[in-house]
Amino acid sequence: MSMFEEIVKPENLVYEKTRLMTDKALSYCPGCGHGTAHRLIMEVIEELGMEESTIGVAPVGCSVLAYEFMNIDMTQAAHGRAPAVATGIKRVWPNKIVFTYQGDGDLAAIGTAETIHACNRGEKIVIIFINNGIYGMTGGQMAPTTLPGMKSSTSPYGRDVEMMGNPLKITELIAQLPGTYFVTRQAVHTPAAVRKAKKAIRKAFENQRDNKPGLSFVEVVSNCNSGWKMTPNDSNKWMEDNMFPYYPMGDIKVDGQLVK
Amino acid sequence: MGELKLMKGNEALAEAAIRAGADAYFGYPITPQSEVIEYLMAEKPHERTGMVVLQAESEVAAINMVYGAAGAGKKVITSSSSPGISLKQEGISYIAGAELPCVYANVVRGGPGLGTIQPSQADYFQSTKGGGHGDYKQIVLAPASVQEMADFVKDGFELAFKYRMPVLILSDGVIGQMMEKVDLFDPIPRLTDEEIVAKYPWATTGKKNGTERRIITSLDLDSLKMEEHNKHLQAKYREVEANEVRYELINCEDAEYVFVAYGSSARIAQKATELARKKGIKAGIFRLITLFPFPTKQMQDLCKKGVKGFLAVEMSAGQMVEDVRLSVSGCAKVEHFGRFGGIVHTPEEVLRAMEQKIIGG
Amino acid sequence: MTEEIIIAGFGGQGVLSMGKILAYSGIMQDQEVSWMPSYGPEMRGGTANVTVIVSDERISSPILTIFDTAIILNQQSMDKFEKSVKPGGLLLYDPNGITRHPARKDIKIYQIEGARLSAEMGNTKIFNMVILGAYMQVKPIVLLENVIRGLKKSLPERYHKLIPLNEDAIRLGMKNVTETVPA
Repeated sequence: MSMFEEIVKPENLVYEKTRLMTDKALSYCPGCGHGTAHRLIMEVIEELGMEESTIGVAPVGCSVLAYEFMNIDMTQAAHGRAPAVATGIKRVWPNKIVFTYQGDGDLAAIGTAETIHACNRGEKIVIIFINNGIYGMTGGQMAPTTLPGMKSSTSPYGRDVEMMGNPLKITELIAQLPGTYFVTRQAVHTPAAVRKAKKAIRKAFENQRDNKPGLSFVEVVSNCNSGWKMTPNDSNKWMEDNMFPYYPMGDIKVDGQLVK
Repeated sequence: MGELKLMKGNEALAEAAIRAGADAYFGYPITPQSEVIEYLMAEKPHERTGMVVLQAESEVAAINMVYGAAGAGKKVITSSSSPGISLKQEGISYIAGAELPCVYANVVRGGPGLGTIQPSQADYFQSTKGGGHGDYKQIVLAPASVQEMADFVKDGFELAFKYRMPVLILSDGVIGQMMEKVDLFDPIPRLTDEEIVAKYPWATTGKKNGTERRIITSLDLDSLKMEEHNKHLQAKYREVEANEVRYELINCEDAEYVFVAYGSSARIAQKATELARKKGIKAGIFRLITLFPFPTKQMQDLCKKGVKGFLAVEMSAGQMVEDVRLSVSGCAKVEHFGRFGGIVHTPEEVLRAMEQKIIGG
Repeated sequence: MTEEIIIAGFGGQGVLSMGKILAYSGIMQDQEVSWMPSYGPEMRGGTANVTVIVSDERISSPILTIFDTAIILNQQSMDKFEKSVKPGGLLLYDPNGITRHPARKDIKIYQIEGARLSAEMGNTKIFNMVILGAYMQVKPIVLLENVIRGLKKSLPERYHKLIPLNEDAIRLGMKNVTETVPA
């Protein structure tokens, strides 16, 4: 018996990939937070026994192919329209669990109207919002959440707020709306952050399962080491030093009440 | 016979949606078709049949709600008027690409831009030649009466689900705003959730048996696969062309001069025909009911029976006339007449155009 | 039989609803009908008109330029539609507010003082029913019993108590319509 066979035995199993992630290799850059965020959502859906009742909506952006990795029924939406697509599904299948998975350009630029109105109507869906301050898929252009002074291919000398406007704190904005029930900001760059983020995602899906009055919104501040042109470790450090002060971690609204 | 009512075209469309067993309507108000959502909201279809009616934040959101719900196997409808339909084009392209069934109505008004709220037929190109991006087609039904506004909702859903493609009811301000007698068809019950799951295995209704899953998408980064997908779509469109052509010939048995028209222009041309016959002119009407598929062969056949000239009558600067020319293919003279920008031509103007451009020309 | 009618006046005079009642009455008589309004912002406080066609046959164009009957309820509409009556046709008008009376000699002209009569009845809302009555007297295209049946079918139950009042107004219009000579 080889050493490999010696070790790989059921009784030695300490961690298993959720079967709700497909075996397809992730298309995300090594070091990117998307893969972790995908996994947490799928683990939560598996743990809550929602596999057969959940329909996910993929956006346009790096996660346009999220449906290749998330092993559940999925619909791919036009750029920015995921909250409208999810509204359509949830309204005709009110007993299903519906969520969107969107990046910052999708959710907070082209899809701002859909985001705000789905939140404001209190659609009983979950929105997972990955904020990495850049357009990753198209090659590192400025996003609505790009920080002041931050470089991108369309702000090559840094975001000049006079000329390009300010980063949009859409999460704080939608927390003000009566239609949101749970609004939180998380990260997935450390084991501790991952544990917290998973708890938040779980709460969001539980809210929908329990038919709580309103939308649950989980922002995940993430890195984009490729777009930021850094190593994964440096990008995580940079995120802590620069993104977190602007986009502070933690719950903003819990059980329909603002906590921050 | 169902139930006789006096209704506006827009109201008939809305009532027909409820009766056709639609699961949802998502829309945004715009003149001249706001009666559709107003009627639906007043009728409380959620109480009558369980149908969902939602006023979206925009036409863009509305068509994407349609996309989501249609992808989940439900019978969904939306409506708008020209500027709003332009906004919906992206979503329609996605619906066509992802092969989803839906019905939507355009109660056309004059353009371009914000244009006017008065009737027009200037969206023919948009309706039949694409509208959104990519190689796709949609079935286009052109009602010429309030009765057809109702009936085409039912027919539209049947076609949409038969071919899994969008069906457009191309109306205009005249048909939308006018009232006529309607014989409403008997209500068709909405499918139950279980029936939808059994009937539409492609729909995202939640993964079954722990293994199978459904993906609704129009994306494939592998161009070879995308080409295959496009070939499949084209084959479907050829099937539609072979099987779903609809038209009506009025007074064509002995006609030497034929008006080609659809929607309200067909009604006006019918009056022009009456006036022409009184003057001894052997006029008839080729009324298009489907604009895609276009009745190319049927028009050619009619031409060969001795028609001397066709006048394409449409409230546009000349759009449908191109398809008439292609169909007639030199067999007879083809000219265009139409007022546009929101002006509705009169029967007298239409007859005069026939006399001047075809008979005397 | 095909009767092509234009009803034109101010928004708020009940032009559109009068046309609708006429059309509904046609349905009650198993006839074909069409009702095509002018629509849009010009209706808000401005002029409103509606083309109504009642016919034994399938109706062709719902939009027309000449009419068998013009029912005219303000000066602007008189200016616009007097010339649109077919030779031998009918022009029915309320003289209230009319400064230039119809002058054509090749049509029949009738007057109904709808505004005065409805005011005397103490309810200006039934103005359009007085006008309708006058039209029905001159051209009995639709029968009173069918108008009443149409009202019953088209009005919600809670308004049915108003039907006798409408019937009185129609009868008042029938009684008071007078033929007049061109100005």
